[in-house]
Amino acid sequence: MKLALGPSLYYWTREKLREFYEEIAAAPVDIVYLGETVCSRRHIMRLQDWLEVAKMLAAAGKEVVLSTLTLIESESDLKSLRRITENGEFAVEANDMGAVHLMANRLPFIAGPCLNIYNPQTLHLIASLGARRWVMPVEMSHKALLPLQQSRPTGMETEVFSYGRLPLAFSSRCFTARFHNLPKDDCRFLCIDDPDGKTMHTREGKPFLVINGIQTQSALMYNLLGDMDSLRNGGVNVMRISPQSKHTAEIVRLFRDCMEQRISPEIAMRQMAQVMPEAACNGYWHGNPGMGQKVSTCAMQQE
Amino acid sequence: MPPEYKLELVCPAGSLPALKVAVDNGADSVYIGFRDDTNARNFTGLNFDMDSARAGVEYAHAKGAKVFLALNTYPQAHGWERWKRAIDGAAGNGMDAIILADPGLMQYAMKTHPQLHLHLSVQGSATNYEAINFYHEYFGIKRAVLPRVLSFAQVEELSAGTPVELELFGFGGLCVMVEGRCSLSSYVTGESPNNCGVCSPPKAVRWQKNAAGLESRLNGVLIDRYADNENAGYPTLCKGRFEVEGETYYTMEEPTSLNTLELLPELLRVKIRGLKIEGRQRSPAYVGQVTRVWREAIDQCVKNPKGFSVKPAWTAELSKVSEGQQHTLGAYHRPWK
Repeated sequence: MKLALGPSLYYWTREKLREFYEEIAAAPVDIVYLGETVCSRRHIMRLQDWLEVAKMLAAAGKEVVLSTLTLIESESDLKSLRRITENGEFAVEANDMGAVHLMANRLPFIAGPCLNIYNPQTLHLIASLGARRWVMPVEMSHKALLPLQQSRPTGMETEVFSYGRLPLAFSSRCFTARFHNLPKDDCRFLCIDDPDGKTMHTREGKPFLVINGIQTQSALMYNLLGDMDSLRNGGVNVMRISPQSKHTAEIVRLFRDCMEQRISPEIAMRQMAQVMPEAACNGYWHGNPGMGQKVSTCAMQQE
Repeated sequence: MPPEYKLELVCPAGSLPALKVAVDNGADSVYIGFRDDTNARNFTGLNFDMDSARAGVEYAHAKGAKVFLALNTYPQAHGWERWKRAIDGAAGNGMDAIILADPGLMQYAMKTHPQLHLHLSVQGSATNYEAINFYHEYFGIKRAVLPRVLSFAQVEELSAGTPVELELFGFGGLCVMVEGRCSLSSYVTGESPNNCGVCSPPKAVRWQKNAAGLESRLNGVLIDRYADNENAGYPTLCKGRFEVEGETYYTMEEPTSLNTLELLPELLRVKIRGLKIEGRQRSPAYVGQVTRVWREAIDQCVKNPKGFSVKPAWTAELSKVSEGQQHTLGAYHRPWK
């Protein structure tokens, strides 16, 4: 199995991004997805800047993929999208059918987690258009994945979102701007002050969701480290870790150590608990509500 | 666009009586679903079986109206045969179009029943013309229903880039999130619109009265708490009150309904093909009331678009059936975002 680092979902400063990806260049991750996937207004990094990061990471031996925006609403969003699909150098993760339309039958691409590929027929269709890897929708279970794996098109790789705050919903409304009582068009880019988003608690004080601009995430950390055996046995090729502002390289190392069986998932989970901002959940993988947490029996046995 | 442009009023029906009321009150088209998880309003006691669907089609056709079948959830492998049968059933009983979101199903429908008209569901999350043209190029879709996230200027820009007819939501429940890209419900309850055709399902709802007030919970998660003087609303989880950095407020959206009556002249100018009313889960009385108001408003606007203004009586009538008795233009009006 390979390890991938998903695109950073937050709005970070250039300095933060530079430090972050320099650290990642040295971290034991095989694939790095780059680019702004959440908000078209975020502009600190232009495509040229992302390409520079991409080259640096490629020189460090990483497979680099440019990810496209998930919600494409305007002609200017489409222009940015075309610049990415026509970059000519790096592979592209399509996060909207508009992106698939631009890539189809032209260049191999990666089908992102928001394309809603839920059945073998759709997976075959997307493969016939040129996808060489697909990312399973986050709400899909291990059991629902199996039939897609069993009839998987030749050469198709399967990637599973395996660590981080779950990207649960996209809106055209910016919830960060709403928090500040500002219209989205005058948002003042205040999401840059929240490098891991803003936590939304229930009225009895339980962490529930996280606001990240137009995106809503889980407050709990989706974590399939303890389920690694079932991913491996299910023929999953790539586990995706979603960046957080702190400790991401450490999380990557723990996943890698576990993958190469240098430590048991049980021990890795215990070490990870020190650096996770909230408790873990893995409900989706087990066919339960996403916020649920089931302790894997495999992990217990290995201990 | 065909030379004879007409804005169709597309009304919801969760039962045969609702379908008849919609047709009798002036719906140009009615959309329905089968009684299972093949559609996004999979509620107990709602929807059609094959016989009532056939009766509905006969009734509508006799009065010059059309019927669309919503098959707009995403089948997983174990359910594939059921969705396939639903498509075959639709083809067999004279549906005027089927509304699909899943690309695999679209391919099946196109190959197996080439005569069937395909509409792209709002659950397909197509918010730009490149996405819509993808479904047009590969599956020949006739119409696309747009997610409730675009401003009207964006809708107009999009319409210039595609030959596909566009349908917009005009009235009813307001999804704050991009349809087809929201898993909030399954995160809490295990069931989502994409896979199960439900959002914040009733079986996960619990009401509790205690010292702090009346509490609504979804699978144990506190969605809202009401003081004695507040009206309690259904705990759709994006319309609850939560706390962010010490402030408790409707973090995502207030309980409110979409109402675009005042945009009618603009919809006609841009030649939007379908004006969709939300609410297959609502009663025949709701369907009748809302259809009547919109029929009258559309007819007046077509007659005299420049002199069109929203009658206070229409708004009053619609307010009676709105969620939270509030209206919004939603994303069509840019400052909402």
